Amino acid sequence: MGKRAAIVGFGQTRGSSSRKDVNGVEMINEAVRAALADAELGIEDIDAVVIGNMDHFEGINYVDMWSVEGSGGVMKPVIKVTTGGTTGTTVAMCAYYHVACGLFDRVLAIGWEKNSESDTTGAIITAYDPIWERPNMAGAIGGLAVDASRYMHDHGVTERDGTRVTVRDRLNALNNPFAHLRQEWMRGKDVNTLVDILVSSPENQVLAYPLRMSDMCPRTDAAAALVFASEDVAGKIAPVPAWILAVANRHNTVYYGDLDWSLNETLEAASRQAFAKVGITEPLKEIDVCELYLPYSYAGLAWIESIGFCGPGEGRRLLWDGVTDMDGEIPMNPSGGVMSSNPIGATGVIRVGEAAIQIMGKAGPRQVNRTVNVAMATGFGGCYWADVLLLGREKPN
Amino acid sequence: MKDARLTCEGRIKVPYKWYVGETGSRFFTALRDRCEIWGTRCPSCNKVYVPPVKNCWQCFRHLEEWVPVDGSGVVESFTVARQPDPMFNLEPPVIYGLIRLGEASGSLLHYIGEARPEEVKVGMRVKAVFADRRSGNILDIKYFAPHRD
Amino acid sequence: MDKVAVMGVGQTSFEREKNETFEEMVFEAVRAALADAGGEIGDIDNVLTVSNDFWDGRTISSMSVMYASGAWDKDVSTVEGDGIFGTIYGVMRTLAGSFDTTLVVSHVKGSEGRMNLITNGMFDPIYQRALGIDATTSAALQARCYMERTGATEEDFARVSVKNHRNGLRNPQVHLGMDLSVEDVMRSRKISDPLKLYDCSPVSDGAAAIVLANEKGRMRFRQEPVWVRGMGHCSDSFTLGYRDLANPRALRAAAGKAYRMAGIGDPLRELDVVELYDAYSYMELLWSEGLGLAPEGRGLDLVRSGATDMDGDLPVNPSGGVLSAHPVLVAGMARLIEAVLQVRGDAKKRQVAGAKTALAHGINGACGQAHGVIVVGT
Repeated sequence: MGKRAAIVGFGQTRGSSSRKDVNGVEMINEAVRAALADAELGIEDIDAVVIGNMDHFEGINYVDMWSVEGSGGVMKPVIKVTTGGTTGTTVAMCAYYHVACGLFDRVLAIGWEKNSESDTTGAIITAYDPIWERPNMAGAIGGLAVDASRYMHDHGVTERDGTRVTVRDRLNALNNPFAHLRQEWMRGKDVNTLVDILVSSPENQVLAYPLRMSDMCPRTDAAAALVFASEDVAGKIAPVPAWILAVANRHNTVYYGDLDWSLNETLEAASRQAFAKVGITEPLKEIDVCELYLPYSYAGLAWIESIGFCGPGEGRRLLWDGVTDMDGEIPMNPSGGVMSSNPIGATGVIRVGEAAIQIMGKAGPRQVNRTVNVAMATGFGGCYWADVLLLGREKPN
Repeated sequence: MKDARLTCEGRIKVPYKWYVGETGSRFFTALRDRCEIWGTRCPSCNKVYVPPVKNCWQCFRHLEEWVPVDGSGVVESFTVARQPDPMFNLEPPVIYGLIRLGEASGSLLHYIGEARPEEVKVGMRVKAVFADRRSGNILDIKYFAPHRD
Repeated sequence: MDKVAVMGVGQTSFEREKNETFEEMVFEAVRAALADAGGEIGDIDNVLTVSNDFWDGRTISSMSVMYASGAWDKDVSTVEGDGIFGTIYGVMRTLAGSFDTTLVVSHVKGSEGRMNLITNGMFDPIYQRALGIDATTSAALQARCYMERTGATEEDFARVSVKNHRNGLRNPQVHLGMDLSVEDVMRSRKISDPLKLYDCSPVSDGAAAIVLANEKGRMRFRQEPVWVRGMGHCSDSFTLGYRDLANPRALRAAAGKAYRMAGIGDPLRELDVVELYDAYSYMELLWSEGLGLAPEGRGLDLVRSGATDMDGDLPVNPSGGVLSAHPVLVAGMARLIEAVLQVRGDAKKRQVAGAKTALAHGINGACGQAHGVIVVGT
């Protein structure tokens, strides 16, 4: 019981603030074609399709049914999974389970979002309980601002520290032709200068204290797709498949008021479970690259502590020491991360895909300069929910 | 203590603006500007899609060929809706039809108008009636009316 | 396929309008399923919830039920589609090697929204939605196609309604058990020709849960296992006019897969009970063909001959079916629960004598675009 599974293909559309040239189904089709081309497969080779997005961003009910003419799912098994921001990683996990159970050999996992088609904040507000929380909630940013404030208070970090995360990811994005935000003006400047420029810029407005524009992820139109394959066929499809080593998640909380703001406990628990499965005791040493879902900058300091890359309050040091830069001990977000591209339903799929191509050696200009044996991808969303996937170069036992 | 059955009323008000895409835009522009109906044809399976699609889902390939489609066709199915939701501002009875136009390989969902419910039959010939004021959407076709010749 | 069993089933009553919240309904269903299994939440390795953002009026609809579903500190996911698909995914997760037991729970409160608007939202916003089409008017188009293709009449549809509503009288969990005559159905208010009031399912509230376990996990529970012998799911294309609405080919594919896994060659003979998704009366005839219970175009024979009555060769929808209670998303799981109870011999007044093999069916999308089929047995 239980087959091993690997990612053998990844495709995505270029992140854009608004894809006016295509409707949603056409955009999904682009990502599917890209993933199939990457795996050198035809749609007829696919045994099942899994798709996800966040409904109210496009206002379409039963998206798995509506999209089937673009997703390649006609006369195939198709289901939809959706869990807010974690949708993309949840979709990837769902495709993994399709393969791991032994019933499907090649499964397509699709995430997508056309955020430009709606009022993003207006849609996000509907995530909150209509009786107890909705009247007071201010979309995504309010909750994240509270989180940032608490972290700053607990550990004395400053806006320079948060901005250091932004600068890392946005510089990395310059190597990624698919990233939405590619801020060319940053190219060639050193990180300290860039942090100075951002913190002192009057155009860098405060959105919800302490979060300023530069601390926030964008909202993006894009689609992304992964091809998962079973151990029986993976080696024939990809020269270096990215094997799924561990998958874990926690979607514990319902009400924002119930959260313990002093740590990201779901990320901590999911990471712990994933590491235990693989036998990882020193993540900083044993993981080679991490695509970490960061909806905002300060999370890049706090959540690496929750994962266990360093101790409480030490996140700042890792950032400024360059440990998380492309040539550091644990490069983070070589793709530019969520801070550079956030098509919500696809964002988690992209984290997994970007981690996979690092193992496969297909990341081109954003490839980290070392053999990648273990890559980590995380998802975030909902009420501080966390998804964690570990991918490996070696087929697991 | 007797159950208190309180309720909370609300409405989700998220405005949407769906991008039609280049393929759909071409279709609607032809409707709006010239009262013409166009479809796309797949060279592999020869299916003609109305409304047009960018990709044939059967053959999984891009379509480049546009074909004009006759505004008249045949009713493949219909229904008489007796109680439409007030939100749609429709005066019942509303007759929906699946109409196969000209060379199209499938049928188009739309209204049937200028017909009494009792006279609508599968196999009936109908013809597109265009709205006087058209803005580039599916309602530029007002309805399909029976051929009366 | 390795073995997976349904070890516990639980549900709330299905009603037109319930006072309980989503959380309360889910909690009730989960507790009932665990009690039925003879286990507790600690015996559950992972949780799947099933809900829909439009029906619930909230995006990330799964968020409302994370506590109530027992997902705390467990791996969890959410399927947005009928509960039969949630169950199918649950079986996958139980076979994948990481989990030995899986809880799947679905919920909806149809009473809290406007069905016509919610189902209008299924249709393409660019080409179809502005016309005001919804689940019922589109189903009516399919019914007409079916009548044209097969010669089935409105009276044939009415017979389905009579049978299922009457079966519903023996099911305390549904709210539309009724004693109707064909005349009553034919005279009932026209909704969307040819569909009349009694041809249409209601909109209901409710929740249901099932506990799945593989051979290792089932030892945690005291209940007799009911084995998943086969399952399959498949989606047809989306655009209404480009599907052959009278040809249930996606169902045929899904059922074919389930039958192959279960080693069933002649479903009419080898199945003892069928619970299919009769959202509208005509669907029972159409889906019967897709399930291979009748040759193509001959679904009407089943209801004319009485073969699918409670005392017929193959009772269909002893529970009263979706016509007797329709909590969307939950309804496919409710079909499975009835199938399980029948096989266990626990179906009380609805029991089909000697039932050993039963089929449960659910649909997704307008006019049954996608289908899920699960065959269970002793």
